[in-house]
Amino acid sequence: MSDARSSILASLRASRDAHPVETVASDFTVLREKRWGPAERLERVKRMMEAVHTEFVDATEQDWPAVVQAFLKDAGAKTVLYAPATEAGARLESSWADGGPELVRYDRPVDEFKEEMFTGIDAGITQTLGAIADTGSLVLWPSADEPRLLSLVPHIHIALLKADALYDTFWQVMTENRWAEGMPTNALLISGPSKTADIEQTLAYGVHGPKRLIVVVIR
Amino acid sequence: MAHAEIDFGKASRAALQDPQLRANFRRAMDGLMSKRAAQFADSAEWHSMRALGASVRLRALSKLPELLEKLEENCTRNGITVHWASTTDEANAIVLEIMLRVNAKLAVKGKSMVSEEMHLNAFLEKHGIEAIEADLGEYIIQLDHEMPSHIIMPAIHKNTKQIAQLFRDKIKEAEYTEDVDQLTGLARRVLRKKFMNADVGISGVNAAVAETGTLCLVENEGNGRMVTTVPPVHIAVMGLEKVVEKLEDVPPVLSLLTRSATAQPITTYVNMITSPRKDGEKDGPREIHLVILDNGRSKIYADEELRHTLRCIRCGACMNHCPVYTRVGGHAYQAPYPGPIGKILVPQMEGLDKRGAMPHACTMCNACVEICPVQIPIAGLMNRLREEAVHPGPAVKDAGAQASKAEALVWKGWAATFSSPTAYRMATTVLSAVGNAAPASLPLLKEWTSVRAKPRFAGRTLHDLARDRGIPDV
Amino acid sequence: MDATRPTTVYFFGTCLVDLFYPQAGMAGIELLQREGIRVVFPQGQSCCGQPAYNSGYKDEALKVARAQLALFTEDWPVVVPSGSCAGMMKTHWPDLFKGTPEEARATAVAGRVFELTQFLANVLKVRLEDKGEPVRVTWHASCHAQREMGVTDEPKALLRQLANVELVELKREKECCGFGGTFAVRHPEISAAMVEDKVADIEGTGAKAVVSGDCGCLMNINGALEAGRKPVQGKHIAEFLLERTHGTR
Repeated sequence: MSDARSSILASLRASRDAHPVETVASDFTVLREKRWGPAERLERVKRMMEAVHTEFVDATEQDWPAVVQAFLKDAGAKTVLYAPATEAGARLESSWADGGPELVRYDRPVDEFKEEMFTGIDAGITQTLGAIADTGSLVLWPSADEPRLLSLVPHIHIALLKADALYDTFWQVMTENRWAEGMPTNALLISGPSKTADIEQTLAYGVHGPKRLIVVVIR
Repeated sequence: MAHAEIDFGKASRAALQDPQLRANFRRAMDGLMSKRAAQFADSAEWHSMRALGASVRLRALSKLPELLEKLEENCTRNGITVHWASTTDEANAIVLEIMLRVNAKLAVKGKSMVSEEMHLNAFLEKHGIEAIEADLGEYIIQLDHEMPSHIIMPAIHKNTKQIAQLFRDKIKEAEYTEDVDQLTGLARRVLRKKFMNADVGISGVNAAVAETGTLCLVENEGNGRMVTTVPPVHIAVMGLEKVVEKLEDVPPVLSLLTRSATAQPITTYVNMITSPRKDGEKDGPREIHLVILDNGRSKIYADEELRHTLRCIRCGACMNHCPVYTRVGGHAYQAPYPGPIGKILVPQMEGLDKRGAMPHACTMCNACVEICPVQIPIAGLMNRLREEAVHPGPAVKDAGAQASKAEALVWKGWAATFSSPTAYRMATTVLSAVGNAAPASLPLLKEWTSVRAKPRFAGRTLHDLARDRGIPDV
Repeated sequence: MDATRPTTVYFFGTCLVDLFYPQAGMAGIELLQREGIRVVFPQGQSCCGQPAYNSGYKDEALKVARAQLALFTEDWPVVVPSGSCAGMMKTHWPDLFKGTPEEARATAVAGRVFELTQFLANVLKVRLEDKGEPVRVTWHASCHAQREMGVTDEPKALLRQLANVELVELKREKECCGFGGTFAVRHPEISAAMVEDKVADIEGTGAKAVVSGDCGCLMNINGALEAGRKPVQGKHIAEFLLERTHGTR
């Protein structure tokens, strides 16, 4: 449909050139000035995310794999999908104790085990790049090592958050880290478990994605 | 004139006589308005944010052709195939061609208003392809063969009982329940199978970033991520105005969008897609197609004033705050876009012959103007379309279609009378003397008196009283 | 004396006030005169042009607006006892006159237009002494007063100066009453639904009167109150303020 392309662009160009659009400078000060103190940030992330049913668990750099395992055992999870090629995945593998839920490696294309992923996996574990105080959001950049569906298909999503990886706003995350210079295949903000209000404005959780989102705060 | 005029009056009367419908809308809109007000309680922040939002949209419109080219260039470099469609027919044909090439039988869809413009579901069905709406609200209305009644909350016109009944009637394994968690769980079970087996995922786009070739989508349910991640092919459809210049333009636009729409600081998911699955990646679609649709937008863009319609970020807040929409609901408009934005957008897309009544379904109360997060002068544009409807001209499709010699004559007479002090004096003297004797059955008075008493002429005008009291004239 | 306080103002009565509510217009004039202001009422005036402007007939609106503009030869403020007509003059005249020889004059006059309560409260800073019996009233805010003239607190502040007046606010004060000029007759059923809701809201306050600053709204609300045989009455704020501070007129 290349004629559509050229006719659309020609028409837009002619219209714009005949009557340029008056613009005003974009002043991002309002976003730049949204700041919280280091102590307030985590507090605010928790408060905002808990308001939409996110659960928080505390852990340390040493004990987090055990904390995760205990939590999942308690939650009745039988199978846990994880990314073995990541640093966190390696830690999980090496410290996973016997008798807990079974660890399932996400190390092949989804096409080879779609059915199993949709029907046989209870939980998925991912790392995060940090969290945003303004909106109460986790920042995720899925990758070849840590695929996208880990945080979407399993009923429980465990997200690992380093307690010092906190930002003020979405705008700050992308400008300070120069996202515009190279975006990944998929970048995500996740601000709670999947939810809907499409039935008479009544909130229900876990409509298509995870029913539970557990943020493990690692100090 | 090919089209019959769409009768808004008749449809709105039917809606007004449905007490359940009116109650559903009133309740929902009241809730949305008060929650939104709480989101923007800091008035200085609100004013700065909406000024920023407006500036982002204006800047995008000021460079629209260049940004679309840049978007195409960057998407192409990222591996996203870009298609252009002048009409909805062309857009449908593009989607179908992709589907046929990959031998698709089942498509799952995320919420997309552009696909509603295209009537894509019906089109695909005609060609033997099942297209399932995966957003819960869209799924509900698809089961009932309805159109969305709101651009953000498509099933807002239904209450839980109505949905419970619908699920029992239309879903095989369903038992009757009014428990919202169980109803949601039922949809989850049905739709997870569809996600798993779908050949193609279809989505809209909330903002497309020219700078990076990134498609941004916001949603709460996860269906949007499902349709853009699980099936092997993803087709995104977008109106050509959805482009923004820079990545940093996205946070203010999405913040204004989600806070205005559903009073959420942000949606559960912000999904930014920049390429198909790369070598070594284990999921994501292997193909992504972006269909850029015109469908009248370039004509809207041609007019210096009307092009501001294209600032819209589709938050739907204008609907939530519209006293007319609140009374009649979305279906009365019989259009993909109802409410204030629909009243200015749809007549421009479909023509004033078919849609000339829409700009008049408005009291000019300006409630929408007050809350529009990108400062669209909706009432002003509505007024302009009223003018276009009765004056033939090139700016809007079917301009002049509503022109009536009789009406024009009435206004000419009005202007002649009201611009001449002598004629005005004579007219008011006559009206003051005999006006109250006018029977209530006269046109206009008849409509007025359907629920109101006749207005009473005072007998002596303010001109008379002022003269009597010696109020100086100069 | 305040240097910004003018000595003379134009009073633009509006066509609805002229024909249906002249006593409200006179009350407005008296309130101004009582503050020592010289009020000029140009006898050549008729209408701001809004009915044609909102119906798509801008040439006709311009013709009528032009006849009004010609009356305001001095740089005195123009005081209007109606938010909607004031809004037309203040926010739409500059557009309406764009590209005409009178553009600059229209813009200048637009800058001097005041809605009556805005002028009383902000410019004259009137002090009101209530001489009436205790009464409960509610306030109906006109859409254009609020959103075109930016008049929201001024009229309520004036009412609150009255010691014996209890002001009970409507639940949905900001919502349109359904008048909308020709809207009321083009879409009578929707307009009816809106004014019925407004009447119910008014009744819910238990007020004896609903006070407003806009005669379009008043005509609509009063018509519905009367047709529904409700004991509540709609009253223009100018009349109400004058009655309360001056004894019964």
